[in-house]
Amino acid sequence: MSRTITINHVTRIEGHAKIDIHLNDQGKVASTQFHVTQYRGFEKFVEGRPYYEMPAITARICGICPVSHLLASVKACDAIMAVTIPEAGRLLRELLHCAQFVQSHGLSFFHLSAPDLLLGFDSDPKLRNVVGLIEKYPEAARDGIALRKFGQQAIERLAGERIHPSWTVPGGVNQPLSTETRDWILSGLPLARSIIRRTLKTFKAMLDGFPEEADSFGNMPTMHAGLSDYEGRLQIYDGIMRFRDADGKVVASFAKPTEYSKYIGEASLPDSYLKAPYFKPLGYPEGTYRVGPLGRLNAAESCGTPEADQELAEYRQRLGRIVHSSFFYHYARLIEALYASERMEELLNMPEILDTHVRAEAAVNCHEGVGIIEAPRGTLIHHYKVDEKGAMTWANLIVATGHNNLAINRSIQQVAERFVDGNQLKEGAVNRVSAVVRAYDPCLSCSTHAFGQLPMQLRLLSASGETLDSVTAG
Amino acid sequence: MPSKISIRIDGELINAQSGASLLDAALAAGKFIPSLCHMKGLSSVGACRLCVVEVAGVGRLLPACTTPVQDGMNVTTQNDKLRRYRRTILELLFAERNHVCAVCVSNNHCELQALATRLGVTSVRFPYTFPRVAVDLSHRKFAQDQNRCILCTRCVRVCAEVEGAHVWNVVSRGVGSRLVCELNRNWGDSRNCTSCGKCVQSCPTGALAEKGFAVEEMTKRPEPISRLANLRGVHS
Repeated sequence: MSRTITINHVTRIEGHAKIDIHLNDQGKVASTQFHVTQYRGFEKFVEGRPYYEMPAITARICGICPVSHLLASVKACDAIMAVTIPEAGRLLRELLHCAQFVQSHGLSFFHLSAPDLLLGFDSDPKLRNVVGLIEKYPEAARDGIALRKFGQQAIERLAGERIHPSWTVPGGVNQPLSTETRDWILSGLPLARSIIRRTLKTFKAMLDGFPEEADSFGNMPTMHAGLSDYEGRLQIYDGIMRFRDADGKVVASFAKPTEYSKYIGEASLPDSYLKAPYFKPLGYPEGTYRVGPLGRLNAAESCGTPEADQELAEYRQRLGRIVHSSFFYHYARLIEALYASERMEELLNMPEILDTHVRAEAAVNCHEGVGIIEAPRGTLIHHYKVDEKGAMTWANLIVATGHNNLAINRSIQQVAERFVDGNQLKEGAVNRVSAVVRAYDPCLSCSTHAFGQLPMQLRLLSASGETLDSVTAG
Repeated sequence: MPSKISIRIDGELINAQSGASLLDAALAAGKFIPSLCHMKGLSSVGACRLCVVEVAGVGRLLPACTTPVQDGMNVTTQNDKLRRYRRTILELLFAERNHVCAVCVSNNHCELQALATRLGVTSVRFPYTFPRVAVDLSHRKFAQDQNRCILCTRCVRVCAEVEGAHVWNVVSRGVGSRLVCELNRNWGDSRNCTSCGKCVQSCPTGALAEKGFAVEEMTKRPEPISRLANLRGVHS
């Protein structure tokens, strides 16, 4: 008799989800499904609002990376105003974004995934969390907290608030950078960078300890996408969107944000509020691609900062030019955190960043605007249409976790096939299924633009649909 | 020459000018009575009822802004009952429209929000009505968002009494009351509006705001309008 396993809920992710694992008559995994179970409707209820309120409204989609939504939104608003923002404004927005990368990547690695990596996938679930980490690896826990604190405080110094700041506005930012803030951030960078270096060293030393995970955590050929500049250097605030196939060939690229719809289609899935974007020329579901740290480093030629490039070279030497296993999202994430900290220093040392002309002013000059940035979790697209008075008539948001939806589903299937056997859910198997989701650092509340709680559910179902086992993963 | 009279406010004996309102007398004596519809220099209409006070010998609460002082009056401006009533009024204002402070241009610069904070409104006990109300972005410089309107009518009065254009009015009754431009035109189609912005500067919330300001950026400056109104002797 075939059966289904349900993991309900998956923990240590941002948002609310459950996983179904269907077993066949032999008790082997037949298929898996990743359901994102909440609905929010931001795209609908913003209709009628003035476009310049969109940054503040869409930032409320997420409390972890509101800066990403703020930046994608202000870029879409810039396009509606049809302005080129002052250089200092652009640099300051990128600086804020780098600070967010440091804090968000720190959160994902240390607070959410380090318990699996350091304490072990099979360790006691009661201790396999950040508290357990503090007990067993206090120095790693301290590092994680210090790194995130630095990123958050840099955001606060720049933008006035850590969460949902109102500093980034259509046309630029509303306050120039003071020399005190510049010096404060510069003085904190060496510590942040030494933490990232230390963590990279530890992580690289551990890599050989996870052969099965590296082999089965979404180890599959897909396309990869991300922003980079003309020379192929990684960009997180603005750049050319490149799609690279599993062999490393660039199959599509576009510089004009409005062209995204030529390449990205969105499929609605019957069992999830999370849509599944796909690469249009290949169709659904063949056009699966991955975004986020793994996708970005695969899509880019280089990082463009010295230390991160050195790490990237070693990463590619170990794993190949195109890294296929989603297990290495963690590795790529740490390299990106290093890049962000180096880029912050570059930006802060540019004299023009202190320029006081930081905002362009204009009314509605264009009825449509698209803003694309690289959020820590991957490419984020805000697409707005307004009437001649500036009232929103339509919005479409494509969020990082959405792009990864198809890849997450396939990764779950792969992990389940490797680790789930029989009618009972074993703890290590449950955790690995959850951990592969966690590797993508998904933000499900963002991706569905839905209010959510944290946990995730896993269910085991028979072929007739009967629930055989169900757990809340921990 | 107005004569001086004596009244007692919260037990304290103060001198007031006859003909003044209780609210003006209390404010002149350094007392705090909350209000939202009152604006110095404009006529008083007693719309918001936040300034209700107890007057000894009167069996009901009276709005301080429209009650003239009388010799020997004994007034209580602060007690538990008044505080409860005022909090309730504020809660009803919040429940009546869609005030979402977090994304409002006037966040942190809003009289309604500041008063709610000062009077200790930490939650709204009434179900929100979530009305579908209009946002009018048709004016070149200004935006009108009825979601944030508390019907204080400061805009109506400042436009009629100080600018002399009388662009704004209120239509319908009770909970269905709405601010309208002239005979229900889009603001951008107004024939009388001089685009002076006095209504915007007088508005205590984000209901009337300058276009293009992002969240938290809209600050209002009603004081010059009050001074202008006093100079012109509108309602000094």
